Amino acid sequence: MTPTSPLNDPFDLLDISSQVGEEERDIQATVRAFLDDHVRPHIADWFETATFPRELVPELGKLGVLGMHLTGYGCAGTSATAYGLACLELEAVDSGLRSFVSVQGSLAMYSIWRYGSEEQKQEWLPRLAAGEAIGCFGLTEPDHGSDPANMSTRAVRDGSDWILNGAKMWITNGGVADVATVWASTEEGIRGFLVPRGTPGFTTHDIKQKLSMRASVTSELSFADVRLPDSARLPEARSLGAPLGCLNEARFGILFGALGAGRDSLQAALRYADSRIQFDRPISGFQLTQRKLADMAVSLNTGMLLSLHLAKLKEAGRIRPEQISIGKLNNVRAALDVARECRTILGANGISLEYAPLRHANNLESVLTYEGTEEIHTLVVGQALTGQSAFR
Amino acid sequence: MKIVVLVKQVPDTAADKRLDPDTLAVDRGAVDGLINEMDEFAVEEALQLVEKHGGEVTVVSMGPDDATDAYKKALQMGADKAVFLSDPALAGSDALATSEALAKVLGTLEYDLVILGSEASDARTSLVPALLAERLGLPQLTFASKVEVDGSAIRVNRLTDYGHDVVEAALPAVVSVVEKINEPRYPSFKGIMAAKKKPVEALDLAGLGLDAGSVGWAGSRSKVLDATVAPPRAKGTIVTDEGNGGSELVGFLASKKFV
Repeated sequence: MTPTSPLNDPFDLLDISSQVGEEERDIQATVRAFLDDHVRPHIADWFETATFPRELVPELGKLGVLGMHLTGYGCAGTSATAYGLACLELEAVDSGLRSFVSVQGSLAMYSIWRYGSEEQKQEWLPRLAAGEAIGCFGLTEPDHGSDPANMSTRAVRDGSDWILNGAKMWITNGGVADVATVWASTEEGIRGFLVPRGTPGFTTHDIKQKLSMRASVTSELSFADVRLPDSARLPEARSLGAPLGCLNEARFGILFGALGAGRDSLQAALRYADSRIQFDRPISGFQLTQRKLADMAVSLNTGMLLSLHLAKLKEAGRIRPEQISIGKLNNVRAALDVARECRTILGANGISLEYAPLRHANNLESVLTYEGTEEIHTLVVGQALTGQSAFR
Repeated sequence: MKIVVLVKQVPDTAADKRLDPDTLAVDRGAVDGLINEMDEFAVEEALQLVEKHGGEVTVVSMGPDDATDAYKKALQMGADKAVFLSDPALAGSDALATSEALAKVLGTLEYDLVILGSEASDARTSLVPALLAERLGLPQLTFASKVEVDGSAIRVNRLTDYGHDVVEAALPAVVSVVEKINEPRYPSFKGIMAAKKKPVEALDLAGLGLDAGSVGWAGSRSKVLDATVAPPRAKGTIVTDEGNGGSELVGFLASKKFV
């Protein structure tokens, strides 16, 4: 029998939600309800005034969003699919908010959860999960982005202590963080250190005049002869593989999240196209507009299929870094194209913060570049195909 | 203390609802169901009382066999267990029949306090709390905007048109709450995951020992004879003020008997 009933959800043309478990749908719906009540009404103002809504952090902790896919230490222990869907809802409001959650859960908390000592986990994870503390993650440097192996930040032993010198750049949450996971080169290779706010020699400067991620804090971290005990070192992190492992966690959230920004843009454009009358009819009736809308819906729906497939691989413990690269590459590119195309449907109104698409597009410019640039992810796929690395 | 919270699954208030032409009841199959909003305040109040005084919260719901979202939401918010009464013969129950069935369910449970929302967003009769208290022979404290429990006594602020009354009773008692009372929590992810493992007791009329003739269409003493779709709202009148705006306005209000 061919179903004739209208679609329940034009953003789910393929009925992909039927492939998601009840618990995961409930978690997604809870995140969406919370954001609709407490975040969505304010987000355009926060973007315009470059405000990070710090008061939301404990609320997100109460829900269980922070470090939700980790187990123990106050973390909720959800599936990878649930984590992805929560990121999608967060980024449907603003990439800055999703970035906060990605960095807190997948970079700061995951680095401690995966590579930390039991004492470090006990000290930091419950507070980070509850949103009583904020974490950040320092890998990128002013002169070393795609090539972190050549980082300049250096830690040298001094008796039983370490002395840390260097700088980190483009660090989400940096200026508001209570603890920073900082990666440094040492004589023994790349190592990670937990540096609490207030440690002598550790300072942060927030980056101003951003055109993207304005509702999120982005900072430079500076380390001038910062003395750290050996207990500040993440004992299980023994190479660059450790921070790259954290980034794979975060990228998994991004490949879902970006689709949220795309969905929210398409929703705004569709609503506008239905109500905007030109030549005596809604512009949604024009073929050129319908082509745009249809292409965008196809792109977002296929991106969602890709995301759920990768979630299943992740849950089975079989996901490979190049598969995450495919997901991040495809979905962020798709979302950015969608957000820009939606702006064209909105016409002049599209440049106003009253409508979300251009805000999403501006945010996605950052998402396209951070956590592995589009170019590097492309070359990761190229390497998987040819067996040759084009960049190292 | 042991608290029972009654929750009802209702059609989504945001959805387009229609009446089944045969039964003149809401066509529940056509729209998504969810917990009656006011009942979330009842669940929240029960959870807060138990957090303060200790004890447990049992959620009771009655409805078609797929109307499980309402009690599930209460379990996700933190209620300890659920009792779900479902039987095809319950369909069509009016407020009297509903209160009879719910009173019978409460007869199988131990409790110090029964809390429920003061109205359901579908039928909006606000009758069940009072009917239920009467059937149970318990004091009724309705439209509560504040609840305090002290030992075996309960005191509530009962919302009125001019403010509130302060009403006291001995436990056990039946309390219905209004939205002003609290801010319902969102279920936490841990709560959502834990809810699946919480006990749900499924009851039908036979298991409850209730005669099918005393509930449902057969046992209801009110009957919907006819229903008409509300006419679409007529276009408003625009008066251009040419010095006569005030008198036009007063004339309009007078014609509606507002002045």
